[in-house]
Amino acid sequence: MATVKLSFSPAPVHVRTARLVGVAVARRAGVREDLLDEVRLAIGEACTRAVALHRQYGLSDPVLVEMSDSGAYAVRVVDRAPIEAGIGLAALPPDELAKESLSEDALTTGVGFALLAGFVEDLQVRPVEEGIGTEVRMVWPVGR
Amino acid sequence: MELSLATRTVGEHTVLEVGGEVDVYTAPRLRERLLELIDGGARRVVVDLGRVDFLDSTGLGVLVGALKRLRSAGGSFALVCDKEPLLKIFRITALDQVFPLHPTVDAAISADSTGAGA
Repeated sequence: MATVKLSFSPAPVHVRTARLVGVAVARRAGVREDLLDEVRLAIGEACTRAVALHRQYGLSDPVLVEMSDSGAYAVRVVDRAPIEAGIGLAALPPDELAKESLSEDALTTGVGFALLAGFVEDLQVRPVEEGIGTEVRMVWPVGR
Repeated sequence: MELSLATRTVGEHTVLEVGGEVDVYTAPRLRERLLELIDGGARRVVVDLGRVDFLDSTGLGVLVGALKRLRSAGGSFALVCDKEPLLKIFRITALDQVFPLHPTVDAAISADSTGAGA
């Protein structure tokens, strides 16, 4: 089993780095080539969400991304924001999406969750076991 | 790859060609450019995503923002996209039912000119 951990200051510029590392480790772990675009997008969405929460709550704590390949490729993205903010899988119907009253932030959050749920079959969003925060856990099969 | 933005005019339409990665870091630049165009009087806007190789929820949010702004100004907004990975993103988020999506710039312009646009 190999584990790669990445911890980054909650700034948008670092999300790309997390995506690149996440895909590199996925490829190395044996995730099918045709799934890598989805891995890239999902890790990006999870990290974007974490960065947005840290900024919303004025937290300078780093966002943690942990990738491991024990049997499958598992990625955890951990934020440190208060729990009430973190869990809420809002799927927005199309007629809501174009509504004038829906803010761009709310739309982006809803769309981000739709992408996570749509691209990751094995997805969990849950409170962290210790301290404050939530973790987004995503698992992809490794094909041999 | 970094974000690239290039604007050209085709008749009444303003075509914004976007390339590279549109994500939480680069999307503000796309938002600014779209606002500049709309504030500058562009009312029929086509955004060509043909050279985009990454698009996330932040980028989608910016595109929806531009669509709403143009609609309320009596204008039109359409997207050009023929790459399956990107089209899948629009389907999963149901945004394929919100944006007029066309495979080419010509198709987007002719659909809008015949009144089938947004």
